[in-house]
Amino acid sequence: MSALSAASRNAALRPDEATGEAARARARLNRRLVVNGLRILFAVVVLGSWELGTAAGWIDPFFYGRPSGVANQLRIWLFEGTAQGPLWQQIATTLEEATLGFLIGVGLGVIFGVALGRVRLLADVFAPYIKALNAMPRVVLGSIFIITIGYNIWSKVALAVVLVFFVVFFNAFQGVREVDRVLLANARILGASERQLSTHVIFPSALSWILASLHTSFGFALVGAVVGEYLGAIKGIGLVIATAQATFNPNGVFAAMFLLAVVALAAEVLLTRLEDRLVRWRPNTITDVTI
Amino acid sequence: MPSPAIELVGVTKRFLTPSGTAYTALRDLNVAIGIGEFCAVVGPTGCGKSTTLALISGLEPPSEGEVVVGGVAVRGVGKEVGYVFQTDAVFPWKNVLDNVATGPRFRGVARADAEGRAREWIARVGLAGFERYYPHQLSGGMRKRAALAQTLINEPRILLMDEPFSALDVQTRTLMENELLQLWSATRSSVVFVTHDLEEAIALADRVVVLTAGPGTVKGIYPVSLPRPRNVAEIRFQPQFARIYEEIWNDLRDEVLLSYERSKRSLA
Ligand SMILES: Nc1ncnc2c1ncn2[C@@H]1O[C@H](COP(=O)(O)OP(=O)(O)O)[C@@H](O)[C@H]1O
Ligand SMILES: [Mg+2]
Repeated sequence: MSALSAASRNAALRPDEATGEAARARARLNRRLVVNGLRILFAVVVLGSWELGTAAGWIDPFFYGRPSGVANQLRIWLFEGTAQGPLWQQIATTLEEATLGFLIGVGLGVIFGVALGRVRLLADVFAPYIKALNAMPRVVLGSIFIITIGYNIWSKVALAVVLVFFVVFFNAFQGVREVDRVLLANARILGASERQLSTHVIFPSALSWILASLHTSFGFALVGAVVGEYLGAIKGIGLVIATAQATFNPNGVFAAMFLLAVVALAAEVLLTRLEDRLVRWRPNTITDVTI
Repeated sequence: MPSPAIELVGVTKRFLTPSGTAYTALRDLNVAIGIGEFCAVVGPTGCGKSTTLALISGLEPPSEGEVVVGGVAVRGVGKEVGYVFQTDAVFPWKNVLDNVATGPRFRGVARADAEGRAREWIARVGLAGFERYYPHQLSGGMRKRAALAQTLINEPRILLMDEPFSALDVQTRTLMENELLQLWSATRSSVVFVTHDLEEAIALADRVVVLTAGPGTVKGIYPVSLPRPRNVAEIRFQPQFARIYEEIWNDLRDEVLLSYERSKRSLA
């Protein structure tokens, strides 16, 4: 909410409106309690029926695991380590690969997106290639990277880069294309050089598009890292999953999924903070619909 | 007589329509605007008023004819021109201070100096205290003030304004018209002020140019011999104002009706 409208709202408050304000605040709090209560209830119902289903023999824990088994698996990993070493090392490895892949992919995506968005000739030349590459199921590149780069982290980073690049690229490209023509004209009149047009108008304008793509991108980076590890690695959550699968341990697979979800959610929180900082100028009309 | 500040000589502007045919927006336009003159341009919607400003600014090249500013043929955007656009053109990602300081920054002024000058101009347009606000936190009138400061800080010798106040409520509008006249009288730049409001044109300008319904060309040019300094809120009640209004309206009415008939037909 802007300080301005908040101030004018407070200034205009009459006693009856003030009590209305308090009532609204109470209503908001109540609503939050209800929503959170229902969320917990939902988790309890799903996990509870899963657990009870296995106890009653309707669900075969040999194939589907069971929540208590998953929790036990997490406890074992946490206190006794995984077959590949301490749990934190697996998480750190996957996180490192995903983060590196994310940063490099975002960097390349922004550079190429802005360049092709600004230079018509580049866009015309490269458009068919980029479309073809994008149409390809890029996960298969993982096998190539493992062969060429090896079992180290860089083959996973490369896969994450490839997955992230296209998401960011298309958003940056579109963002540049959508720049308001009047703003460009205004900047030219005010004396902007070509470079200043890029830094003062085109990039900031494309930034909200780019930032929107970062949420999906980090998910893709994680996919790249985990799939890469799954295909062949010495460490990482993907390898933990592969091992669990090989030993017919569904609880292990679910436990690893749980860890990935936690990592992804943490990244999401950080990215949302970053976005709020970088696009503080934007009217925050969409906060109400984000989950 | 000194050479005019702006001269349009036999200017024609054609646009390529999406269907591939050429659309003539301006046809054989001839106008000269003197140094320090406040010239208003009126005409029905779509007659090429904004296009005329785009040509003078150098944002668009003419298809035929020549645009001369300060005795030199225009080739691209020049440093002497200020342009207040019809739609919001302040940068939404810059706060008021940064927005107003943009021009000097682009022109190589050091940050501290640029911000110092920006603060002066912000105060001059009545936005003191709102330096850190972003455009979306301002009202439409305040955004226009910011746009005005952003343009005037460059001290342009040529000031182009495209229906700058048409989106404002009547009170704000009258206030800002008066403020514009004050600011202008201190600079004495040459102004081309586009509006579809004949009252506004007469209240502000030294001369009013009436354009024909598209393709636009000059239908008539009328001197406005009302004394300055003017108070826009009161000048409308002078008998002389009514006489000038009637004279110009007789000319403008036909074009407005023509434009209206056309838009009705194209809708039917
Ligand atoms: N970039 C453009 N491409 C094609 N047609 C244009 C373009 N700019 C303006 N026109 C056309 O030229 C005519 C005059 O436009 P404009 O100068 O904006 O009119 P006004 O400002 O008087 O309302 C309109 O019919 C408009 O559709
Ligand atoms: Mg217009």
